[in-house]
This record gives sequence, C-alpha cells and structure tokens, in this order.
Amino acid sequence: MKAKNQRLILAGLAIVAIIGAALLAMSALKDQAAYFYTPTDAKRDHVETGRAVRLGGMVQGGSIKREADGVTIRFIVTDNVETIPVTFKGIVPDLFKENSGVVAEGKFQPDGSFVADNILAKHDERYMPPQVAGEMHKTESLKK
Amino acid sequence: MIAEGGLAALWLAAALAALQLVLGIMGVRSGRTDLLAAVRPVAVVQGVLTLIAFVALIWLFVTVDLSVALVAANDASTKPLLYKFAGTWGNHEGSMLMWVTILGVAGGAVAILERRLNERTLIATLAAQAAIGLGFYAFLLFASNPFARLNPAPVEGQGLNPLLQDPGLAFHPPTLYLGYVGLSVAFSFAVGALVTRDVGAAFARAMRPWVLGAWILLTLGITAGSYWAYYELGWGGWWFWDPVENASLMPWLAATALLHSVTVLATREGLRAWTVMLAVVAFSMSMVGTFLVRSGILTSVHAFAVDPKRGTFILALLAIYIGGALALFGLRVGTVREGSRFDAVSREGSLVINNLLLSAILGIVLVGTLYPLIAESVTGEKLSVGPPYFNSAAGPLALILVAVMAAGPVMRWRRDDLKAVARRIALPVLVAALALLAVILLAPGIRILPLLGLVAAAGVGLASLAPLWKRNLRRTPLFIWGMVISHLGIAVSMAGMAAESAFTRETLVATQVGATHKVGPYIVRLDDVQPIAGPNYTAIEATITARRGEGGEPMILKPETRSFPSPQTETNEAAIKTVLDGQLYIVVGKPDDQGRWQLRAWWKPFVTFIWLGGALVAFGGFLAMVGRIRREIRHAPPPEFI
Repeated sequence: MKAKNQRLILAGLAIVAIIGAALLAMSALKDQAAYFYTPTDAKRDHVETGRAVRLGGMVQGGSIKREADGVTIRFIVTDNVETIPVTFKGIVPDLFKENSGVVAEGKFQPDGSFVADNILAKHDERYMPPQVAGEMHKTESLKK
Repeated sequence: MIAEGGLAALWLAAALAALQLVLGIMGVRSGRTDLLAAVRPVAVVQGVLTLIAFVALIWLFVTVDLSVALVAANDASTKPLLYKFAGTWGNHEGSMLMWVTILGVAGGAVAILERRLNERTLIATLAAQAAIGLGFYAFLLFASNPFARLNPAPVEGQGLNPLLQDPGLAFHPPTLYLGYVGLSVAFSFAVGALVTRDVGAAFARAMRPWVLGAWILLTLGITAGSYWAYYELGWGGWWFWDPVENASLMPWLAATALLHSVTVLATREGLRAWTVMLAVVAFSMSMVGTFLVRSGILTSVHAFAVDPKRGTFILALLAIYIGGALALFGLRVGTVREGSRFDAVSREGSLVINNLLLSAILGIVLVGTLYPLIAESVTGEKLSVGPPYFNSAAGPLALILVAVMAAGPVMRWRRDDLKAVARRIALPVLVAALALLAVILLAPGIRILPLLGLVAAAGVGLASLAPLWKRNLRRTPLFIWGMVISHLGIAVSMAGMAAESAFTRETLVATQVGATHKVGPYIVRLDDVQPIAGPNYTAIEATITARRGEGGEPMILKPETRSFPSPQTETNEAAIKTVLDGQLYIVVGKPDDQGRWQLRAWWKPFVTFIWLGGALVAFGGFLAMVGRIRREIRHAPPPEFI
C-alpha cells in the first residue's frame, strides 16, 4: 500500500467513524432529547407511556398523601398551570416537601399519571432545577 | 497580612508568566542562547510563587480568618480540621487557585526535569505553558480573587456544604485537577513541537509521562468520584451521567486515546499528526470540563458558582486556546513528516481503531453534555439529556471497543496475519462463548446489556493475560505488566457493572423495631433507633443486624440521617457492609405516625469490582510509568543538572 493511500484510508475511516457516531448520537437524541418535562409540556406533548423521562415542578401544597404500607407516597407536581399526580415508592430525599421544587424520574402511565422510581430534590436551599425555575418564572410573569 | 502576601505572590507569578511567554517567543524566534536560557529559571520561580499563594490560602482556611470573604463563606471554626484544610479547594475561587498552582508547579517541574527534548522545542513548550497560565491568572485576579477581604468580618463562617464534608471528596478534586493540568502540559508539548516543527519520537517520549500521569490521576479521580456518589448520595447508583461526571470522563476518554497513540509515535514513529491532534483535543476537554464545572451554567451537585461573568471568561479562554491551537495545527500539519507505515492488520491498526472508537464515544458524550446548553442558547428551550441517551448511544461502541482491546495486544507491530491473530485469541473467545452459555443457563431472563457485559468481561479478562503467555514472567518489562493489569482492570470493572445491574436485589419497607425482612440472601432486623451527636451535626442512628440465612454470623449496620445546622441541610448516611461477593447497602428514612421507620436495603453482588477494576486500571498505569522511567534512566546518559 502506498503511503499516500494509507493516509487517505485512515482519514476516510476517521470520517466514517465520526459520521457514524454523529448519526448514533442524533438518533438517540431525537428519542431522548425531550427528557425533561414540566406538567405543561407533558400535557401538550402527550409523552408516550413507558418511556423513562424526568418530570419537574413544584410539589403542590397539601397534596402529599402517604399510603398504609409506609413507603408509598402520592403527591401532585404543578407548574401553576397544569398538574400531574405522581406515585413514588421509596425514601424521599430530605428536602422533599410541599411548595418546594422537585424532579421525579420515572414513566407516564396510560391514565396520564406518573410513576416515579427516583425523586431528586434540591441539594440545598439555593438549588432549583433550571427548567423548573424557567417555567415558574414564565408562569409567574404571565399571571401579572 | 497573610491574605495580602498571597495576593502579591499571585500577581508576581502572573507577571513572571508574562515574562516567560515574551522571553520564550523572542528566544525561539531569534535562537539567542541567553534568552533561551532565561526561560527555565523564570518558570521555576513562577511555580514557587503560585505554591506560596496556595499555601497562604490554606493557612487562612485552617486558622479560619473570617476577615477574608472566601473563608467566611465556606469555612467555620466548628468544622473538623480536615475539612478546613480541604475546604480551601471546596469552592470556586480556591479550586481555581489550586488549578493555577498545579499548572505553575508542573511548568516548573518541566523546566527542571526535561532534558531529552531539543532546547528550542522545550522553550516553546514552556512559553505555551505560560500562555495557558496567563489566562487563568487573569481569571483569578480579575474575576475570582480568593484573597478579597470582607469588612466587617462576621463572627462565624457559613460552613461547607455537608455533602462535601467527606474524606473522599477532600482528595477527589485535587486528583482530578492534577489530571486536567497534566493534560495541559501535554498540550504545551504539542504546541511546542508544532512551533518548531519537531513532531517525532523524542517529543512523544517527553510527553508520554505527563499523559500517563494525567491519565492515572483521572482514572483514580473518576473511580473515587463514582464511589463517593454511590455511598454519599444514598441512591445506590454509581454513575449518573451527570454533566460534572461527564466533565471528567471526556478528558479521560481523550487521554486514553492519546496514551495509546503516543505509544505508537514513541516506539514506531507513526500517527504523528493524529497524536498532536489528540493532545489538543485532550486539553480542550479538560478546558470544557473546567468550563462546565466552574461557569455556573450547570445545576449539579458539584457546581458551586452561579455567575455568568465567570462563565463568559472561561468560554473566552476556551475559544482562544483551542482556536489558537487548532489554527496552529492547521497551519503546520502539512509540514509534519509522514509517519512510518503499517498494515491494517497490525498493532498500529488495532490502536487506530481503538482511537477512533474512543473518539466516537467522546463525541457522543460531548454532544449529550453540551446539547442542552446549545439548544437553550439557540432556541431558549430548556431541556436535559439523560442516561437513556448515553447508554443507548455509547454502550454499543464501548462493547466493540473492549473486543478490540482483547485482540490488539496480541497483534504484532507493523504487520500481522489475520489467521495467526485468530489462533492467538481462540481461547478467550471460547471462554466468552462458555460464559455466554453459563449465564443463559444460570440466569435466564437477564437483560441484553448485562449479559453482553458479563460475556465480554470473561473473554477480555482472559485475553488481557495473553501478552504474558510463554514469556519469562520475571523478565517481562514492567510496562507490559502495566498494560496487562490495566486491561484486566477494565474486565473486572465491567464484570462488576454487569453483575450489579443484573443481580441487584432491593427491599423497601416501613418497619417496626424488632421486625425482620429479607433482601437477597440476607435477613435484616431493625434493632434500635437512637439520636446521636457528631462534631458539627446531630443525627438519628439506626442499629440493624443482618444475617446471611437463618444461622449466619450477625453483622451490625448503622445507617444515619444527619442534620447540619450551618448551612442547614440533612444528609442520609448509608450503612454499607462489604463481603467477599458483594455489598449490603442500607438507608434509613423518616418515621411515620405509627412508629414505623422507612428502610431501604440493597444486596449488590460484586458491585465492589467496579471500583476495584478502576484501581487496577490506575495501578497498571503506575507500573507502566515506573517501567518507562526506569528504562529511560538506564538508557540515558547521566543528567547534567542545572
């Protein structure tokens, strides 16, 4: 093989690899980019059920209910426009409370409710998921 | 006075960096020996001055000098000494000062130690190093002065985020930073070699220990970070594809590729342009990492600063350095001499594939990490990319990569015969096939990725030992042992990941004191719940007895929920017991009105293999480094010290 050819072949391989990776990334992104939903997004976009997504918003005041088994809780996530009922089985993070920001990882159910298998609460009092902060800000300013 | 002294040292160091850059440029251009000779001492003094500034900041933190704003915001007199010390870099300004210090000291070390490289190339390297330093000095002095005073001084500081009060985290950031900065040195070498058009084996050998060192530290940092997240966050997960995790993974991927290609350049004079390119990419990735973590554009467990001005500053630095290096690369790549040729089926060929796959994975992680930021700045829409994307896009490529890893080391340099290679890896392939059969029989219904992971781990584990086959083990060079152990470590890690994701058992209950529950092979009983007091927190501590089967030896586990007054936070401290074949992981939650306690217990078979593997990978790198250095010393003439 000539030296020139080898360089060309290597460059060609590199380009193929990059295009392949880009295609893989794009197709995966198309499915997964909308990974974070606010209740308003979720209602509007009709998220398909069974797909792993994140739902973020505020825990509605007075909405946390505990089941008799001691580990299942139900609560409502709101962005002050729409609301989604959420069920979660597990130990909630320490900063999970009513009228406070929350991100739930899980899946939408056919009835429009959400089953979370993980709850991410803010790590300290200053933390709020950027998407939630943005959405809250939007709705707050709409109301004025 | 200590604070003013530290600030003065920092200004002086910045001035010396400017001098180093100017002298370096003039010296390399004119070739005047007096100019060239001046650069090394300047670099050494610059390193010493940064060290003085950093020690001054440590001193302020340890003595809790609350008249310094940074100390008041991140320190407290009630904090244990280790965290006063570690608190120095547990914040934005302090960690940036640490960055610059490591950079300065590394520059000084290059100036003292590097004797093999042609003098002009070395001086160009030091000039490039000074240019990187200047940007960061400007950042510190104009945007994040760590020594700024606070008047009036408060009576007590605000303390450190309790999540960061952990011995693992005290040493984790320095490890990663050392890795980042090691890559910056590799970058400077690449720039130096491009400037003097001296890209060759000598340059590769000079650069290699820095790449290897950076890679070892990044490996350790990632492994430690993963273990920290696993036990401290209390979710039982070990990798979250958090942008901050990605920020350390991306330089690691680039460094891994660079490590392999630099070996080709150092031993076979091949892959010249590609190696230089990778050095630029690797440093770019550590800049991107710094940008992600330090700019405040991310909301993450680890990102402290929320200040757009700083983000813009680092972004500008990023653009200047990467843009500049890429421009230089574009201008000079034509003059880089053709490397030695090799066949597609050869060690070089397998390393090229390794490099391409690593680059592709790097691209996928980069796209997933930056996409939300770019999409937001373009369309204003906030979105996030999560684990499903990374797993589905990077997973398949990673599996191909480990297959290449199994075959590569048994190939000969320059050219090899496909049939002969196939014969050499027949045994590992057979073992992998048997493993496939065994897993399908023993664990029916296992998901596809863990299944492939276990199979690949078995095959790669055996194949990684192949280079030792028929060798005199006592006379095998250390760097071969290093490669073997690192590759084995990858297999061990992969086995741990696959076993953990396939066979974890979880029990979640609200339990009365005295009740028992089953989790995997263990029976756990909640014995007692008591309030306790720590050095700067109070806590609820549960006592739990776990037995393996009815007659097993009792093990005591004590998970806690801690409350910190300053800043007010609660954390869950998981109780973890490590046994030979896995870990029992227990978290206790809140009580309910019936006097029951929430209890979450996991049995995670072989989960420790994940980090054990990471440690093996780093240890292999360490052996390789020792082996290379020993060989250099043996073959090199005795150094003429300055």
